[in-house]
Amino acid sequence: MAHRIEVGLKPHLFDARGERTKHQIKNASSYAIETIFCLDVYSVDEENIDEFWLKEAFCDPVIQDIAIDSQLPRKFDWYIEVGFRPGVTDNIGHTSTNALKLISGKTLDVYSSKAFLIKGSLDRALAEKLAYDFLGNSLIQSFRIFSPQDVKSGISPYIPKVLASSNNESQVENINLEISDADLASLSRARTLALTLDEMKVIQAYFRDPSALKLRKKQFLDSLITDVELEVLAQTWSEHCKHKIFSANITYEESGKKEEISSLFKTYIQGSTNEIRKKRKDKDICVSVFTDNAGVIRFNKDYHLVFKVETHNSPSALDPYGGALTGIVGVNRDPFGTGIGAKLIFNTDVFCFASPFYDKDLPKRILHPRRIFEGVREGVEHGGNKSGIPTVNGCLVFDERYLGKPLVYCGTAGIMPVKINGKPSHEKKIDPGDLIVMAGGKIGKDGIHGATFSSEELHEESPTSAVQIGDPITQKRLTDFLLRARDLGLYAAITDNGAGGLSSSIGEMSLLSGGCTLELEKPPLKYHGLKPWEILLSEAQERMSLAVPKEKIEDFLSLSEQMGVESTVIGTFTDTGFFHCTYEGNTVAYLSLDFLHNGLPKMQLHAKWEEKDLKDAATIEPEDQNKKLLEMLSRLNICSKDYVVRQYDHEVQGGSVIKPLSGKDHDGPSDAGVVRPLLESMEAVVVSNGIAPRYSDIDAYHMAACSLDEALRNYLCAGGDPENWACLDNFCWCDPVESEKTPDGKYKLAQLVRANKALYDYTIAFDCPCVSGKDSMKNDYIIGDTKISIPPTILFSVIGKMKNAENAVTLDIKHPGDLIYILGTTKKELGGSEYLASLGQIGANVPKVDAKSAYARYKKLHKAINMGLVSAAHDLSDGGLAIAATEMAFSGGIGIELDLSCVPAKGKLSATELLYSESASRILIAVEPKNKAHIEKIFGNDAACIGKSTTATRVVIKGLKQNTLIDADLSGLKTAWKATLDF
Amino acid sequence: MKKIKSLIISGNGTNCEIETAFACSHAGAKADIVHISDILNGKTRITDYHFLVLAGGFLDGDDLGSAQVQAIRFKYARIKGSGPTLLDEIFAFIKDGHLILGICNGFQALVKAGLLPGNPLGARRASITFNNSARFEDRWVRLKANNNSPCVFTKGIDIIELPVRHGEGNVVTDTEETLREIMDKNLASLFYADSKGNPTMEYPLNPNGSTCAIAGMCDATGRIFGLMPHPEAYTHKTNHPSWTRISLPERGQGMILFDNAVNFLKGTV
Repeated sequence: MAHRIEVGLKPHLFDARGERTKHQIKNASSYAIETIFCLDVYSVDEENIDEFWLKEAFCDPVIQDIAIDSQLPRKFDWYIEVGFRPGVTDNIGHTSTNALKLISGKTLDVYSSKAFLIKGSLDRALAEKLAYDFLGNSLIQSFRIFSPQDVKSGISPYIPKVLASSNNESQVENINLEISDADLASLSRARTLALTLDEMKVIQAYFRDPSALKLRKKQFLDSLITDVELEVLAQTWSEHCKHKIFSANITYEESGKKEEISSLFKTYIQGSTNEIRKKRKDKDICVSVFTDNAGVIRFNKDYHLVFKVETHNSPSALDPYGGALTGIVGVNRDPFGTGIGAKLIFNTDVFCFASPFYDKDLPKRILHPRRIFEGVREGVEHGGNKSGIPTVNGCLVFDERYLGKPLVYCGTAGIMPVKINGKPSHEKKIDPGDLIVMAGGKIGKDGIHGATFSSEELHEESPTSAVQIGDPITQKRLTDFLLRARDLGLYAAITDNGAGGLSSSIGEMSLLSGGCTLELEKPPLKYHGLKPWEILLSEAQERMSLAVPKEKIEDFLSLSEQMGVESTVIGTFTDTGFFHCTYEGNTVAYLSLDFLHNGLPKMQLHAKWEEKDLKDAATIEPEDQNKKLLEMLSRLNICSKDYVVRQYDHEVQGGSVIKPLSGKDHDGPSDAGVVRPLLESMEAVVVSNGIAPRYSDIDAYHMAACSLDEALRNYLCAGGDPENWACLDNFCWCDPVESEKTPDGKYKLAQLVRANKALYDYTIAFDCPCVSGKDSMKNDYIIGDTKISIPPTILFSVIGKMKNAENAVTLDIKHPGDLIYILGTTKKELGGSEYLASLGQIGANVPKVDAKSAYARYKKLHKAINMGLVSAAHDLSDGGLAIAATEMAFSGGIGIELDLSCVPAKGKLSATELLYSESASRILIAVEPKNKAHIEKIFGNDAACIGKSTTATRVVIKGLKQNTLIDADLSGLKTAWKATLDF
Repeated sequence: MKKIKSLIISGNGTNCEIETAFACSHAGAKADIVHISDILNGKTRITDYHFLVLAGGFLDGDDLGSAQVQAIRFKYARIKGSGPTLLDEIFAFIKDGHLILGICNGFQALVKAGLLPGNPLGARRASITFNNSARFEDRWVRLKANNNSPCVFTKGIDIIELPVRHGEGNVVTDTEETLREIMDKNLASLFYADSKGNPTMEYPLNPNGSTCAIAGMCDATGRIFGLMPHPEAYTHKTNHPSWTRISLPERGQGMILFDNAVNFLKGTV
C-alpha cells in the first residue's frame, strides 16, 4: 500500500502562500472566500517505509506539522487537492525521491500535490469551478475535491503512475502512401504532421523511387513508409524547423508592379547581413551567423557573445506556466548548444497579452488573459531565477488580438572564450565514428508533436501532449557538468534537444559527419511503453545531444555520473549519407540525409500589397490635459511593470550595471540592460528590445522600421556603442498563406514582404547586422466561427558592447537645474499611436524612420555620453514626449518644466500632437548647465533645449501660447502609472 | 604570510558561485569553486581550507523548502560512500577556528543544518520560510549592523545597502526562548532598517516579514554567519541601483564582509 503524507505550517504561523492564493482569487473574481490554507502533499508508492525517513525528508519541525496516512487537524469547508496527471513532469516528486534516497538509501517513487483548504460559503459546483479557474490547469493537473464529510474516512494516496500499455501491438507501424490525395491530406491532419498535400506527394514519390527502394531492401524495409520515417520527415519539414514561408518563392505585387522573391530569408535577412559584413571588412563583429543555434559576435579579443531569442506561443496558450517555463529553459539551451557551448549570462523576455482585465466571454479553449499573464510570468520566473541567469531587460505589450495566442519571447545570451583547448569555440566538428550521446533528462511522451503543433493554428484538436513542464535544476546540473566537460575537451560537438527532439538534433548533427545510426532502444525512458517514433520525437526537456570521440567516452561518462547527470551512448555518427534508426537491431528508419534536409519542395506563394484607405481624423484635443496625462500613464502599454520585473532576479552573476528598474526609488523603466560578464573587467554588454505591433495596422514596413529604431535607441540611451551592435529579428505573424481559412493571405504575406524589406533597408542604413532570428507564422486561433489573428509583430533585440561600464546612463533626472534637450524632429505622426488607441482610433500617419539623419544623431549621442556630458537619456516611444518626459521626472523624483513651443517640429502641430506624436528616432536627454556649450557644439541643430529640471516636484508643460497645459504633482503621476498592474 | 584559502561549494542548483569566488579573491583570498561531488568523492577536503562559503542559488529547486535537501545531504551523504558525513567535516572545520559564510540559499542551508544559531551545533532551532508576500522579489534593502554582535563579518559596519533576491527569507525560531537567546546574545547581527537606521517590520523595507527584522545571524563565536542579502552582488559601485545618481566609492560595500573575513583569518592562520 502507498502512503500519503500531509505537511502544513504550524497553526500559529502566517500562511503566506495561502494568503497570496486568496488575494489572487479575490482580485480577479467574487468568490466568497474567508481563508485559504496551503498544504504540501506527498504520495509515496511503497508499502515498507520508516516513518522517520518521511519526517526527515518532508517536515521542517521548526515550522511544520506532518501527518502520515491521516489528516492534519485543520478546519475547512472544502479541501481541494491538485496533483499532476500521469506522465507530467513532477519536479517536487523527483526531488523527494532524491531526498529519501539520501536518507534511506532506497529509491522510492514519490508524487507531489498541493492541497488548498478553503473556508467560505461555496457549494460543491462553485468549489469545483474555483479549482479549475484558479488552482490548476486541468490539461496537466487533476483535482480531488472533498467536503469535511468526505475526508472522515481518510484520503487515499494519489499515484498518477503511467501505466505501460501491455498490448502486443507491433512497435513500428508501416504506412501505405499509395492512397488518394484526400486520404493523404487526412493522414497528415490525423497524425498532426502539418504537411501539405504537395509535401505528402513528394514523400510518396520518394517511396516509389526504385533506387531508394533497392537500398531500403538491404535494410529489410519495403516500399511502405514506417511511422518513424513519416514522423521524422514531418518534424524536419515543419514550418517550425524549416521556415517554409521564409524560404518560399513569392510573387509580390504592389501598385501594379510584380516582383519575384526567392526566399525572404536569403534575400533580405541574410542578404543585409552579408552586405553589412562586406562593407565593414575588418570592423565586422559577426563570427557565426544563421548557421548555429544562436548568433555569435565578437566581444573582445578573448571572448565571443552568443545570443538567441525565441518564442513559445502555442504551448503557452494551453498551459501558460509550463509553456513559458519550457520557453525560457529551452532558449537557454540554444546559446548553450552553440559552437561547443557558451556560459549563459542573461535572459531578456517580452510578452504580448490581451488585457488582463478582459471581461467578455472567452472563446472555447482559451484561458483568461490574466491567467495567461500570471502563468507566463511565473513560468519565466522559475525558469530564469532557478537557473541563476539574470533577467536584465524586457517589456509587456497588450492588444486584444493576443487573446487567441499570447506571444512569449524568451531570449538568452552567453559568453564563450574565442578558443578552447586551442580550437575555435564557435565551430562544431564531428567525425564518422564519434559516438552519439544524450545527456540530461529522460524521455517520456512529453511534448510529442511540439514542432508540428506550433506550425498550425490553435484548433479544436490541438494535442495536449505538446504541453510540458521544465525542470531548471536538472538543466543546471547538466550545464554545470557540460561546461566542465567542454573545458576538459571531452566532446567534439553539442546541440540542444528542442522542437522535434532527437529527430531534429541528430538529424542536423548528422550533416556534419554525413550520417548516423541511432539505436532507439538505448535512450533512458521515464516509463515503459514508448514506441520508437515517440522516443525519436519526444521533446522531453533538459537534454543535450553530443558527439563524443570514442577515446573520450570513458572520461565523459564517468564525470557525468560523478556530477549526478545521466548520459547515454545512443548511437554513432557515420558517413553513409543516411539517417538510420534501429530498434532492437532492426532498421526502423532509413532516409537519405539529402532527402531529409533538401527534399522539401519550395512553396510558391502570392503576395499583394494594397494600401488601406485610412485617414487621419482631426486630432481630438483633450479638455483637461492633466487628466489625459494621468489616463495615458495608466494605460497597459505604458504603465509600470514593476510587479512582474521585481519577481525576476536581475542581478545574479554579480555584473549588473543597469537593472530593469532605475532611479531614485529604483522603480523607473530602464531603456536597456547592461551587464559586465567578466567581473574583473569594465567592459559591458548592452541589450535592448523594440516592438511596435500597432503600426502593422497601417503598414508593416514602418512597423518593422520603428521596432528596430526603438531597440537601437534603447540601446543607445544606456550607453551602447552604435558601431558595435548587432540584432536579432523575431517575426510572429498570423497565417500569411492564402486558403479557405485565410482568405486575406495575400495581404498578410505582403505585410510580411514589406516588413522584410524594411529589415533590409534599415539594418543596412544603421549598419546593424541581424545575427540570428526566428519566425512563428501561425499565430491564429480558429475554433468554430471564431478566428482571432495576432497583429503582425516583430521583436528586434539589439546586443552590443560598451567599453567602459562607468559610462552607462539611466533615464532618471539627476539634479534640478539640468537642461532638457530633445533630439530629432517631431512630426504629425499619430497613426497607430497609443494616444489614438486611447480614443479607439488607428489614424493613418504612421511614424517613419529617416535613418540617415537618425544614425548621425545617434553617433553624436554616443560621443556625448562617453564624454560624460549626458546625465539622463530616455527614448520617446509609446505615448511620445509627454510620457517620456514624465517618466524621467518621476524616476528621478525631480520636477521638470518644458515649453512645447521650443520643440522642433515639421509642419504645424497642435500641443496635443506635440505631446503624443510617436515620431521615430527621438530621444530626450538631460544635461548639466556647465555642459551646455559642449553639448550644443556636438549636436548643432540635432538637439533643441525644451526646458529644464526644477526644484518643484511637478511636471509643468507650457503650450504653444505660453499657456500652462500640464501642471501635475510627481507623486500623483507616479501613482497613476503604478496602479494599473499593482496585483 | 600564508595565503587564505576559500572554498565555494557549487552544484545542485547553487548559482552564485562565480561572483562569490570573485569577491573572495578580490578580498585577497585564494578562491576555489568546488563541485560538491568532488568533496563527496574525496578529491577535495573542506578541512584544507580556511574560509567556507555556501553561495546563493536554488539548491534542489527549493522543492521541499529552501535548502531542505542540502541540509539532508550534509547530514546523510558520506564521503567516498562510507566515510564521514559532510556535517562531520564541517564540524571539524569549525573546530579548527575557521570561518563559514552562508549567503541567501547558503544561509538557509546553515540554519536548516542546525549550524545557526548553533548551541548545540547540528540542532535545528530556527528556519527560514516564505516571505509574507509569498513572492520572490529582487530589491535593494538598507541594513543596520548590530555593533554588539560577535559577528566577525559585520565588524565596523553601521549601515550597508545590498540586494535581496529570494522568496523564502522570513527567519523564524522554534521557540520564544531561542529568539530571546538570539537577541540577547546579539547573534542577530544584521537587521532590515528604515531610512533612520532603525530595524523595521515595514514592507518593503523589510522585504519578507522576518522576525525582529533579522536579515543576518551568527553563532556565539561570530565565526559562522549567514544572511539573506547578497554581499557578493555589490563588489563594484556600478552594482548599486543608484550609482548613476550618487557618488559612491569604487569598491562596493558588499566587499566589507569578505574583507573582514580575510583580515580575521590573516590574524589567525
